[in-house]
Formats: sequence, structure tokens, C-alpha cells
Amino acid sequence: MNHWLAISGMMLLTVLIRASFLVFGQRLAFPEWLNRALHYVPPAVLSALVVPMALAPAGTVDLSLRNAYLPGILVAALVAWKSGKTLLAIVVSFVVYGLWRWGLLPG
Amino acid sequence: MSPQTCSSRRALLLEGVRDTVPMLVGAAPFGVIFGTLAIAAGLSSATAIGMSVLVFAGSSQFIGVSLIGAGTALPVLWLTTFVVNLRHALYSATLLPFARDWSLAWRWPLAFWLTDETFAVVEHRFRTKGAAGGQWYWLGSSLAMYGNWLLWTVVGVSLGQSLPGLANLGLDFAMGATFAAIVAPQLKHRPALGAAVAAGVVAMLGRGLPYKLDLMLAALAGVLSGLLLEQWARRKEQAA
Repeated sequence: MNHWLAISGMMLLTVLIRASFLVFGQRLAFPEWLNRALHYVPPAVLSALVVPMALAPAGTVDLSLRNAYLPGILVAALVAWKSGKTLLAIVVSFVVYGLWRWGLLPG
Repeated sequence: MSPQTCSSRRALLLEGVRDTVPMLVGAAPFGVIFGTLAIAAGLSSATAIGMSVLVFAGSSQFIGVSLIGAGTALPVLWLTTFVVNLRHALYSATLLPFARDWSLAWRWPLAFWLTDETFAVVEHRFRTKGAAGGQWYWLGSSLAMYGNWLLWTVVGVSLGQSLPGLANLGLDFAMGATFAAIVAPQLKHRPALGAAVAAGVVAMLGRGLPYKLDLMLAALAGVLSGLLLEQWARRKEQAA
């Protein structure tokens, strides 16, 4: 197989999908219902990325105390919810995650 | 160009870089693992690095090298790339209202760099602080992700062998924490909360699905739930 040909095709498809709507600019105005629908893309996609990482970081559901992802991600969400400060939430969650993983539960 | 606009552009660019830093930590191990996997799958150093330079899409690159290594026919490889990347069309549509007036010379390269991570960071910024001068912010986030991905790909390629334990270091937590911190404040409105819950449930149920279809299905379920809840709330309001 020609690897460069394979990669060129992958590049073309990836950039075309990413540009699919952006490239239209002012020539594309969405109907009102679609604009409303797009508001839910960020909460939906981000939750779809986060929830499995929190509940099943290694692929299978893990609600045990050894799963440091769960408390870490819950703290990130709670601090961001209360304070509205993204950076603060991330830093606090790192501390919780780090302590949980390497401090509280050795071995 | 006045010196003032020049410095505000630089400030926006740097803010984009700064807000993306946690994502860089999260993506780093994947860059290294990709580099080692690509070499193991039989790619040369040049093609492995070339894939990160030209494709710049983590999930498709991982699946791509495993298909190339298995000698898969090109149409299958390309169809898989297409399906794995479908969710990016949602990002493209969501960001269009902010980017409508920018020139094509901006929109093409920014689209090329549109990853999950940059989407999360940029959309959050535009929704909460407006999109004035947002191209520079988006560019900053993009260049940070791109440079980071290339750097760690090169590291992985030069190691050329897998590092046991790298995937289990838990650095991907940085990405999860950032996504969680970005999404949580949006959930104060009930339809958005419903969208998040529906997407989370579908993502959990669909974990085994190939081609990132779990993510696509979860996104669609979430959007649909949000719309229905919004409709329902509006109807109740009108009835009251």
C-alpha cells in the first residue's frame, strides 16, 4: 500500500468534514430550530466524553475507591458549577486526583 | 495596523494557548503512543510524522495506522476515517454562527485544526465572552494543540517502541477535568442538563461501539433530548 496516498486521503476527508459548515460563512443561515439544536451540542458532546472517563476509565465500570477519575471529575464539575472559574476547577481537581491516586491509597 | 490592535491580537492568541494547556497534558501520552504504534505498524518515521502533520486527528490516526498495518484496502481506510470524524461536522456547524464573517483564509486553516479539545475551549470562550477577535484565540488554541501533537509524535517515533505503563499514567485525566469544568456551568438550565444526562447514558451504553459511533449517537441523543425538553417547557409556560 502507498502510505502517502493513504494519508492524503485521510487528510482530505478530515479537513472536508471539519470545514463542512464553516466554509459556507455568510452564505449559510440556519433555520431557528437548528440554531436551538446546536446549543445542545457542547453539553451533549462534552458529557459523552466525560461520563465514561469518570465511571469506566479502563473500559469497564469501576465505582470502587481505587477509581481516582470519579472523585477528580466530580470535583472539577462541582467547583466550576459553584465558582464559574474553569481554571480554579481544573487545578483543584488535579490536587484531588493526585492525592487520591498517589497519596491516599498507596499501592 | 496600530500597535495596540497588534498587542491585543497577541494577547488573544496567548489566552487561547493558556486556556488549552490542560488539554496539552492530556494529549501528550496519546501522541507518544501514536508514534510508537505507527512504527510498530510498519510506517516509516517520515510517514508516521507526516500523518500527524497532515491529518491531525488523534482517533482517526490510531485507527488509521492499525488498518494500514493490517493491509486494509484504501476505500475501507477512508470510509473509516470519514465515520470516525463525523462528529466534527457538528462542531463545524456549532461554531459557524461565530465565524460567519471571517475570511476563507481564516476559516480553512481553523477548520483544519478543529479538534475535540479546541472545540471545547473555543466554544466555551465565544459563548461566555463573545467572539470578537476570536480568530486569534482559536489560532492560539490550535497552534498549541498542533505543536504539542507533533512534538509528542516525534518523541514516540524516535522511541520506536511502546512504553509499558504510559497509557496507565492517568494523564488523560487532565482532559476529562477540563471537559467537566467547561460543561458543568452550562447545566443550570434544565434542557441542557437533560441533554447532558441523555448523552452520558448513551455514551455509557455505547462504549463498545466501533468508529467513535458511541460519541456520535450520544451527541445526537443529547441534542434531541435538549430540544424536546425545551419544547416541553415552552408549552407548559404557554399553558400556565
